[in-house]
Amino acid sequence: MEGAVKEQQQAQPQLIVSVGPHMRSSESTATIMWTVSGALMPAALMGVYYFGFRAVAIILVSIVTAILSEALTQMALRKPVTVSDGSAFLTGLLIALNVPSSVPLYIPAVGSFVAIVITKQLFGGLGFNIFNPALIGRAFILISFPKQMTTYYKPVMNVTGMDAVTTATPLGLLKEDGLAALLEVFHTKAELYQHLFVGNRAGSLGETSIAALLLGAFFLLFIKRYITWHIPISFIATVGLLTWLFGGTEGLLSGDAIFHMLSGGLILGAFFMATDYVTGPSVRSAQVIFGICAGALTALIRLKGGYPEGVMFAILLMNCFAPLLDRRVRSRVFGKIAVKELK
Amino acid sequence: MEGSGLWEHVLTIFIASALINNFVFARYLGLCIFFGVTKRMETAVGMSITFTAVMVISSVLSWVVYKYIMVPYHLEYLKIVIFIGIVAAFVQAADTIMKKKTPALYYKLGIYLALIVTNCIIIAVPLINAGEEYGLFESIALAFGSGVGFSLALIIMASIREKLDLADVPKSFQGLPIAFVLTGLIALAFLGFSGMITL
Repeated sequence: MEGAVKEQQQAQPQLIVSVGPHMRSSESTATIMWTVSGALMPAALMGVYYFGFRAVAIILVSIVTAILSEALTQMALRKPVTVSDGSAFLTGLLIALNVPSSVPLYIPAVGSFVAIVITKQLFGGLGFNIFNPALIGRAFILISFPKQMTTYYKPVMNVTGMDAVTTATPLGLLKEDGLAALLEVFHTKAELYQHLFVGNRAGSLGETSIAALLLGAFFLLFIKRYITWHIPISFIATVGLLTWLFGGTEGLLSGDAIFHMLSGGLILGAFFMATDYVTGPSVRSAQVIFGICAGALTALIRLKGGYPEGVMFAILLMNCFAPLLDRRVRSRVFGKIAVKELK
Repeated sequence: MEGSGLWEHVLTIFIASALINNFVFARYLGLCIFFGVTKRMETAVGMSITFTAVMVISSVLSWVVYKYIMVPYHLEYLKIVIFIGIVAAFVQAADTIMKKKTPALYYKLGIYLALIVTNCIIIAVPLINAGEEYGLFESIALAFGSGVGFSLALIIMASIREKLDLADVPKSFQGLPIAFVLTGLIALAFLGFSGMITL
């Protein structure tokens, strides 16, 4: 009799009752962080190719500072040290890619420190930060060292990075001296677009080569599917639309949308920084709103603001609004009684 | 031409006071209310509505008194005292009238009224209006813009602080310290607006 019961039990399928998540994947935060860092490598290599040895030094200093800051802060707070998850590495790399090759080495170090300690660890570490750490780090050094952070070298394309000539970025030229001055440097519009696309122009280390950035973005979007199109495409399209509408000197619709979409840090920012899981909204419709607003702010700052480039500030401002954008999808609490009914 | 120039100026003042010279993030005023009511979104919204209404009405009152009483009698040097008096008297009157006539509204918004009297933005706006010799519409634009800008600051801050409740903030930074750090970082983001409009 007993044996029959046992047999019956064994015949039944084994049902395991457990809490979610039930679908597991081998991907972890660390895989994602290291993959995104890898996707930035083409852009970093192009930076090294164009700006020489200084670029390597800047990248190393800012990554090492970021990792050290993370490890030391976590030790001081008696938390497990998590530098191997690659997030500090990625933050350091992004800061390096967002500074001009002319900066003294302590500037990216200060940026990495502010990014990791103040923006990330004070708020509770990875996953709790309100702002994109790399962008706050960059905003902090831009405000603190305005002169050094806006001195750009022309691409030198030799190993030592010596004999560098300072020049303005294309956006800076457009803002200060107008389109004529810009065309004087690059001759024709076609040549200008070509320079912008391959990256042979003055600018921050990793923002210049659109081709290299798009290669990394393509990898993340279509092969790894770590990011979706919602934020980057709505962001870039809004910048294009608004600069086409209002960017020209000859009234409406005379702006140069292609130039604005290819220049500055737009491609780098839209694909690699605005898409941060932690500091952006997580619902698709909110992401599109996030992208459109960031694009509008970028266009507003570029065309009307005091700075030639607005991508960084636009993303930071939208980081402020991300919790608000996510609020509208919070699920309703049932069983609550309104205060009015109680009275 | 004159007329459209005035409206453009009014719009400029409104945008400038709401975003570019945002009282909290660019001038660092009104911080006590800012930190006091932004722990919860509900209180932030209540304060926003009350604050904007009081701001507009009290600066109109101050403008009338300044233009038609203080300037003709050369009492400009008393403006701080008189403006404080006007704001306090108006807020107290509003408090009493609301309690009597609209108790429902009073229970919702009344607690914020008492806090507003001691706020520095509420006295800064009439002083700026007097100092810049703004007309009526410009004064209203500045007051309404400041109110909207303050409301924006409160609502952003409340949404972020509610999210921060779940964060693993180091013990010594919990509560106000991290709120101050956060305000600094938001102010850094708001620097993007700088240089956009020079008044």
